[in-house]
Amino acid sequence: MELVRSHVLVCGGTGCTSSGCEKIIKEMENQLKKNNLDKEIRVIKTGCFGLCALGPIVIVYPEGAFYSMVKPEDVQEIVEEHLLKGRIVKRLLYDETIEEDDTVKSLNEVDFYKKQMRVALRNCGVINPENIEEYIAFDGYKALGKVLTEMTPEQVIDTIKKSGLRGRGGGGFPTGLKWEFTAKAQGDQKYVACNADEGDPGAFMDRSVLEGDPHSVIEAMAIAAYAVGANQGYIYVRAEYPIAVSRLKIAIAQAKEYGLLGQNIFGTDFNFDLEIRLGAGAFVCGEETALMTSVEGHRGEPRPRPPFPAVKGLWGKPTLLNNVETYANIPMIILKGAEWFASIGTEKSKGTKVFALGGKIQNTGLVEIPMGTTLREIVEEIGGGIPNGKKFKAAQTGGPSGGCIPADLIDTPIDYDSLISIGSMMGSGGLIIMDEDTCMVDIAKFFLEFTVDESCGKCSPCRIGTKRMLEILEKITNGNGTMEDIENLEILCKNVKSSALCGLGQTAPNPILSTLRYFKDEYIAHVQDKKCPAGVCKSLLAYTIDAGLCKGCGICAKQCPVNAISGERKNPYKIDTEKCIKCGVCMEKCPFKAIFKNH
Amino acid sequence: MSEQKCCTCTNEKEQEQKLYEVIKKYKGTKGALIPVLHEAQEIYGYLPLKVQKIISKELNVPLTEIYGVITFYTQFSLNPKGKYKIGVCLGTACYVKGAGAIIDKIKEKLGIHVGECTEDGKFSLDATRCIGACGLAPVMTINDDVYGKLTVDDIEEILEKY
Repeated sequence: MELVRSHVLVCGGTGCTSSGCEKIIKEMENQLKKNNLDKEIRVIKTGCFGLCALGPIVIVYPEGAFYSMVKPEDVQEIVEEHLLKGRIVKRLLYDETIEEDDTVKSLNEVDFYKKQMRVALRNCGVINPENIEEYIAFDGYKALGKVLTEMTPEQVIDTIKKSGLRGRGGGGFPTGLKWEFTAKAQGDQKYVACNADEGDPGAFMDRSVLEGDPHSVIEAMAIAAYAVGANQGYIYVRAEYPIAVSRLKIAIAQAKEYGLLGQNIFGTDFNFDLEIRLGAGAFVCGEETALMTSVEGHRGEPRPRPPFPAVKGLWGKPTLLNNVETYANIPMIILKGAEWFASIGTEKSKGTKVFALGGKIQNTGLVEIPMGTTLREIVEEIGGGIPNGKKFKAAQTGGPSGGCIPADLIDTPIDYDSLISIGSMMGSGGLIIMDEDTCMVDIAKFFLEFTVDESCGKCSPCRIGTKRMLEILEKITNGNGTMEDIENLEILCKNVKSSALCGLGQTAPNPILSTLRYFKDEYIAHVQDKKCPAGVCKSLLAYTIDAGLCKGCGICAKQCPVNAISGERKNPYKIDTEKCIKCGVCMEKCPFKAIFKNH
Repeated sequence: MSEQKCCTCTNEKEQEQKLYEVIKKYKGTKGALIPVLHEAQEIYGYLPLKVQKIISKELNVPLTEIYGVITFYTQFSLNPKGKYKIGVCLGTACYVKGAGAIIDKIKEKLGIHVGECTEDGKFSLDATRCIGACGLAPVMTINDDVYGKLTVDDIEEILEKY
């Protein structure tokens, strides 16, 4: 291997790619060549560092200088000042890494990273995901070697059971048990499958693992195949994740080339092959039975369980299905031992969990925390609080299947059981923060629109029930709701929950039930006072001009798209509420701040 | 997703030949239909009846089943899309940060609804599921270009680039 004196790590995750990291890499390579540094400094495109909001991100080692929001025109300065002359370009550093005395502190001491613990994301942002040798250099495929040459399938399953690992897709079923069921199932042919159909809006954990460390999933699937007695695997990935798909393809090809997939792996008689199957934009395919129907090439409709996939899965054969993040934990558990893993987290929720932190929060991005960390620590310390001095109102976990956690429960520890006890769920890891400007009835409506759209239509409780629930929510947000509607909504929710065929329908009422539980006053305000306290629901808003503040400049009247504002210059103007479409342009453009939104 | 190919400038024969190659590659693979449909859509930009018939015959899958699969998955389209495909992400993070206003602005500018194509075939507009760039919310894509941290005022300038 060539020796180089510096490594320049550029994040190549979806977030930073969207902010233009390719241009940075190109410019970096140009500048290095121009300064004759291309032999001694290596540029590496890595997976996600986590702080997506500050992208594109560039880290220079050995110093560990963390440059954020780098623009192509900044690259010359980084090369000439930092890489050539050894002077860190302070103006481009992430503010948090600069100490008061102007020295630069290590990333691990920054609030965003301090409370994090990276297990599933251990290699994301560290290695080049398109190079198998870098993965191997970080103990990659060592766990597979250990399993194949030193352990029996029973010992592997026992280790996973003892570790306490639970399914990271949201359900939280003990992974070791699932492996044991599949191993014990009768069948000449068995399969392992990976659920990478991350359909929960606002969640991108699995995408980041696949983009940043695809080999960890491949290695874990091979380990699982050995444990349950399978020789063929399928990874079901969303087609919306082109970068993840391309890196997976590269990784599988490299693993085959190195003999880590295929026949006689590690010189044993263990054979394992892996295929990628693309999703095609159907949320229900994240449900395990629907996913398998889709892999088989059909409409991705779920079927009743039992039989569970462990008994009758793909093509009627016993199939082990785990989520991406679950798999990403496996190699570390094998290498470091079940006891090590079980020492992290809480009594019933072991290890760490990756969350995609989004919405109204300063540091949007990817975080991995030990189970049991409180929501407050995530929001206030890691997340850096709510922007623009607004107040934290609620956090939403579990997407369209989950619920919200209100501000007074902000000290709830994040683990499977605590979340369920307060009416939410862990979910796959989407964590959307909401501030006082978010209307909870509107959010419930947003999720119901999603489930109505994604309901596959096979069972009537979900097909018809979710539609009726949405109609009631629309009635309420339009200001036509009655108290009886709220009661009916609650009854309908409970019925759909108990009668729908699959997880999608059974959990679809959760966003309504949990907002009703914690924010019923907002529903009542919409119904009784015809008001939307957060000022979101358009039908319930009224814009008015304060006659005392209005100078009669007429700008608002000119801007109004429907000519709803009239008046004479130098006299207060008036809004015709009948004509007003509540677009808010007038309020935005008024130079005297004389227009108010009443809610 | 690769750039949309328009029917007038690509040789029809060439497309058909590519389709047969794709089918040949997957023939005999278990569950071949969906991968074939993905690649066929990349060749044609959408999945016209003509293409469905070829796939039906070659893979020995009933046409009704193919139609059923295409209409089940939102990624597959029975209609041609615009030269520039606009996708506005309506995932939760984008929604909370005002993606609704972004999509309204585009509708107003182009005079089309979601799922439609402008008359000149230049733009088509879709509301997409979460594309996973939540850190940059709200986000929209035009073919392979991604625009993040959008405000309503950015829209006009962005559309003018195309």
